Amino acid sequence: MSTVFIPTVLRPAVAGAKSLELAGSSVRELVTALLERHPGLGGQLLGPDGELNRFVNVYVNGQDVRYMDGLATPVADGDEVRLLPAMAGG
Amino acid sequence: MTTLRAAGASTMSSEAPFEPATPVAGRYESILDAIGHTPLVALQRMSPNPAVRILAKLEAANPTGSVKDRVAKALIEDLEQRHVIGLDSIILEPTSGNTGIALAMIGRLKNYRVALVMPDNITAERRQMAALFGAEVIDSPGHLGSNGAVALAKELAARDARFVMPYQYGNPANPRAHFLGTGPEILAACPELDVFVAGLGTGGTLMGVGRYLKARKPGVRIVAAEPQPGEAVQGLRSLDDGFVPEIFDASVLDARYLVTNREAIEALRDLVYLEGIFAGPSSGAVMVAAARLASEMDGGTIVALLPDGGWKYLSAGTYSRDLGEMEADLEGGVNWW
Repeated sequence: MSTVFIPTVLRPAVAGAKSLELAGSSVRELVTALLERHPGLGGQLLGPDGELNRFVNVYVNGQDVRYMDGLATPVADGDEVRLLPAMAGG
Repeated sequence: MTTLRAAGASTMSSEAPFEPATPVAGRYESILDAIGHTPLVALQRMSPNPAVRILAKLEAANPTGSVKDRVAKALIEDLEQRHVIGLDSIILEPTSGNTGIALAMIGRLKNYRVALVMPDNITAERRQMAALFGAEVIDSPGHLGSNGAVALAKELAARDARFVMPYQYGNPANPRAHFLGTGPEILAACPELDVFVAGLGTGGTLMGVGRYLKARKPGVRIVAAEPQPGEAVQGLRSLDDGFVPEIFDASVLDARYLVTNREAIEALRDLVYLEGIFAGPSSGAVMVAAARLASEMDGGTIVALLPDGGWKYLSAGTYSRDLGEMEADLEGGVNWW
């Protein structure tokens, strides 16, 4: 199982949960498990092409999966997966 | 320092036309000419891997104390070159601090009025410095972070023709300042670098330095450090309220590390205690990413760009308070990126 941290903006769609324990061996499997449990997240996480919405960033143990294997990035038991909205600074 | 710079200059001259960076110490005709050519300092104790050297580019040495002097100078020159600014114009910019302070200083020298849209939860020092140089500060809702400042500035600019927005998030002059300045300085002083690490805010530093280094030194890795936003600074209504700066091109990066506030504070305290470097929170985040990289490398050299000094963060207790308390405050919405 991996811990998936839910950003505040998505919590209304997951009954307020800050994090969820989900099973899956890749980011894609975790996202699929998340959407099965909370279909209300619907189009927010993935675009029509099935890839990540450009305004969401996904990190496995603090590293952006876009610079690893994207949704195919492997996830092991105990890994921390964090979803965050794209935000700027400056 | 001298040896490294000379070596860098000679290496580059055989490959491409290259103008070596101006020496750090010097005499300048104006404070604007004193922007850039900041020191690159080898860290003595913070690399977790003895085979990996970390050098820190100390941007606090710029006139208003941050890397944003480079950007603000380039942004204002860009407005002038495009003839979109006059003496009745008001420069309007969304900023969490450093860009605003730098614009205010340069605006003062050049007789331009400056108005800054800043989140209302930034530290008092940033507001005070912007005001010191004569800028007007317009508050945006703190819980919306920089995204909220950007939205409000765009709204204001659309309403009043006197407002001219340099717009660091979308203006190519921002990365260009780093392509023409920061990047060449780094390569000249450290031709052996393997990895460049910087904070991701607008993306200007990473895009400009990244493109320069990749063109001149194939194989170099460009790595971003970004803060994990506190719970209270994520006040978006949906993910589509998220914001990716127009100048940001994801393909320039090779990795992107998320750094918690706690880790960043620990690292910036280490910078003080172990290296004698008084830097701001984003420097702490950059050091966390640099240390993670160093521990994964067999050997080599990392250049870490430290964007500002610690002065503007003292009032938040950044260097002295209990870490747990500090972390709770940041989760609660003190905006420091």
